[in-house]
Amino acid sequence: MAVSINIQNVKKQYDDNVVIRDLSAHIQSGELFTLLGPSGCGKTTLLRMIAGFNSIEAGTISFDDRVINNIPVYQRNFGMVFQNYAIFPNMTVYRNIEYGLKNKKLSKQEIAQRVEAIMETVQIAPYKDRYPEKLSGGQQQRVALARAIVVQPQVLLMDEPLSNLDAKLRLEMREAIRQIQKDVGITTVYVTHDQEEALAISDRIAVMNRGDIQQIDEPEHIYQRPYNTFVADFIGHSNHFAGEVRGVEGSLTHIVLENGHPIAMPGLMPLKQGDRVQVFVRPEEFTFASKEQGMEGKVLVKLFLGRYINYRIDFGGPQAAEVTVDATTVDRIHDAGDSVYLTVNTRRANVFHPDTGVTLVEGVVSNVP
Amino acid sequence: MFPKKGVRFDFWSFVSLLSLVVFGLFLIIPVGQMVVYAFQNADGGFTVENFIKFFSRPYYVRSMTNSIVVVLSATLLVIAIGVPLAYITSTFQIKGRRLMDILIIISMLSPPFLGAYSWILMLGRNGAITTFLRDSMGIRIPSIYGFGGILLVFVLKLYPYIYMYTKGALKKVDASLGEAAESLGYHGIRKVLNVSLPLVMPTILAGATIVFLRAFADYGTPRLIGEGYNTLPVIIYQEWVSETGTNAYFASAVALIMMVIAALVFLAQKWISSRRSTTMSMLNPPKPKQLRGLPNVLAHVYVYLIVLLSTLPQIYIIIISFRNTKGLMWADGYGFGNYVTTFTRSLSSIINTFQYAIIAILIIVVLGTLFAYLTVRKKNLVSRFLDVFIMFPYVIPGTIFGLILLMTFNRPPLILSGTAAIIIVSYVIRRMPYTVRSSAAILRQISPSIDEASASLGYGAMSTFFNVTMPVMAAGILSGAILSWITIINELSSTLMLYTGKTQTMTVTIFQEISRGGYGTAAALSTILTVTMIVSLLLFFKLTNSEDIDL
Repeated sequence: MAVSINIQNVKKQYDDNVVIRDLSAHIQSGELFTLLGPSGCGKTTLLRMIAGFNSIEAGTISFDDRVINNIPVYQRNFGMVFQNYAIFPNMTVYRNIEYGLKNKKLSKQEIAQRVEAIMETVQIAPYKDRYPEKLSGGQQQRVALARAIVVQPQVLLMDEPLSNLDAKLRLEMREAIRQIQKDVGITTVYVTHDQEEALAISDRIAVMNRGDIQQIDEPEHIYQRPYNTFVADFIGHSNHFAGEVRGVEGSLTHIVLENGHPIAMPGLMPLKQGDRVQVFVRPEEFTFASKEQGMEGKVLVKLFLGRYINYRIDFGGPQAAEVTVDATTVDRIHDAGDSVYLTVNTRRANVFHPDTGVTLVEGVVSNVP
Repeated sequence: MFPKKGVRFDFWSFVSLLSLVVFGLFLIIPVGQMVVYAFQNADGGFTVENFIKFFSRPYYVRSMTNSIVVVLSATLLVIAIGVPLAYITSTFQIKGRRLMDILIIISMLSPPFLGAYSWILMLGRNGAITTFLRDSMGIRIPSIYGFGGILLVFVLKLYPYIYMYTKGALKKVDASLGEAAESLGYHGIRKVLNVSLPLVMPTILAGATIVFLRAFADYGTPRLIGEGYNTLPVIIYQEWVSETGTNAYFASAVALIMMVIAALVFLAQKWISSRRSTTMSMLNPPKPKQLRGLPNVLAHVYVYLIVLLSTLPQIYIIIISFRNTKGLMWADGYGFGNYVTTFTRSLSSIINTFQYAIIAILIIVVLGTLFAYLTVRKKNLVSRFLDVFIMFPYVIPGTIFGLILLMTFNRPPLILSGTAAIIIVSYVIRRMPYTVRSSAAILRQISPSIDEASASLGYGAMSTFFNVTMPVMAAGILSGAILSWITIINELSSTLMLYTGKTQTMTVTIFQEISRGGYGTAAALSTILTVTMIVSLLLFFKLTNSEDIDL
């Protein structure tokens, strides 16, 4: 039932405004594929091109081998969950879910069976006779999901489905969506601007910026080995250090950071002495160390968050760095004004070309076709 | 909606085409016809002599200045009465406010010529009050006919527009603004003049424009109570049906002059309000306060007096509809005689009214919502044209619209004159813009994603519209339809141009009866009309669960 989606060199423009210039991606059958990016990056535009609400100016989109460019929306066989749920306000929960099935040549009995079954799956059965205005946001979300998947579409499209929910419901619903998607095994394209949500829910993530895909990969790769500085900055937080290559010794590349601290990075592409680089270190990629090993910094701000402690530390660079440590592993909590010494976890830190912003870590690719 | 570069012919293309046909055939061609006629002589040659004739004869020029003077005076008076009324009822507690509002709405929606007729019955030459004062006290009151009478009827019929508009706007003025003004030392009348009034000024202006256009277009009132104080609609009608043979060319020229004046007023208002529109945050809605002592009494007297004066004609007609008549004369005693006569003689006009109105409403609802969808959801060339078309009927007076329909469709290829169809067409074209506007307003509040959800579930454009969009809009459509229904059953001016013996409606029959002195039957028919209207209004309030009408 599930299909793969092949997006080839598609283009989208509104009058003279080109939103997507030339975009390709291959979405595998049955996976949950997330389009992640800041607002205005073209992720929703792309989703609506797959749905057929937006026209495609060039290129093709196909479900398996079937090109869908010219197939009208109502014949594309996809289910969609909208940002505002788009539950029909004039129909009860049951009628909403039943709506798509009534359009198919099915017996009344089968319709009833399938509606009942999906209501059990999304846990909305007790509310089946209610009208949408009497439902909470989470319940509406479940109805929207049930309505989209009950017709057993080939593809499920979700446009920021959790953005209107409060934080607690968001966590609960994202687990529910993940579970149901796996159970049904439907190819899903999921749009969000929330990186944490994307990391938690996706099989693979495509990070988008200004109409282009920057990188496609599994969540942990996207986070740990970003292809370029945009991805590194958009997903999580990174501290930036300018650096210069001092020499190469076996698999280790020696780099001196702007504050004079030397680090030895493993697994980089071949670099020459004197090459300028950018080193990105995430807050959790620092370790407190002795005066001899670490680079010196001064604590500017300390935030105690229970499980973690956040520090803002001045290493003498242009910007203060953010450092996070697990509260359970430290012996001592530093206060503002303290002098501290930290080392960089070189197996985790990333190095980028200072001009192109592309990674210099060996073996990291964008996966963009 | 469809991912193809070329134009795919779908349901909405069909609707676009339909809108072009409907407005093209029944609005653009007739208006074009009128413009052409205005510049033609009887031989079909181009001429401006129609305009020269109009502007060179004092008789005609007088009718234009009459129109403008009486309409402007009415508009100013209406503002002077309506704005304070709106301020009082929205700022202070008035006992029976709800009933007052309903009475005001009733007097707003009933046709003006009925007001004229009733005031003649009360204050005319042989009016009840006139005779009573003359015979028992020897007091002679000034004549109601002419300028004064028209003004009286216009003001009492039209102040509700300003009242409703202003009240609606005042309700949206955040109470904190008034409190802020007081904290800065402005209170009482200074606060009103400096804060509240400027904020609702664009709304008052919009209401005043509606009042101006309504009064300007009205034929029945000046015809009945004007007695020689001719206005433009009266002239147009006379020229069209004059005994020396109809003069379609001259009538067209006068109609064009009238439409230009109306269009200028309309555009001026649009221009001014586009420059002065403000938006406000509404966190703290205003609440009516309880007044004490003399101010409280005065506020109540003011409200009750105005409502009483404007409802009086209606009440008087209902009372005298039960008075016995003998031929054309009043007789002693009360009974159902007038109603018996009405039902035996004028049953067909009652049936006609309901028939035409129901057919027109059905067409208006279906086409109006479809066209509203086009203007809101399908931004293309056709929908932009549609936006302009639906402004037209605001500035075309009924008399003129009836006239141009008749001139266009009284000869091949399409002969409609004398049929019920032409009356229905005139109702549909003149009333549909209101439905398009109100439906468009509802549509803008409904997320387009419900349509998309339906499409994603396998429904095409047309089944999506009728399964989802229209049902969601239903409440709004229905309330708009009831208002259109009321205005249609009360319609006189265009029907008067278009009816024949067979297609006579209630308002036409009433008008004829009044003209020939059959006051008893007229009163009975008017009462039937009023009762129908009140029942419809109550239905409206019940269905919409609201206390007010959004204009």
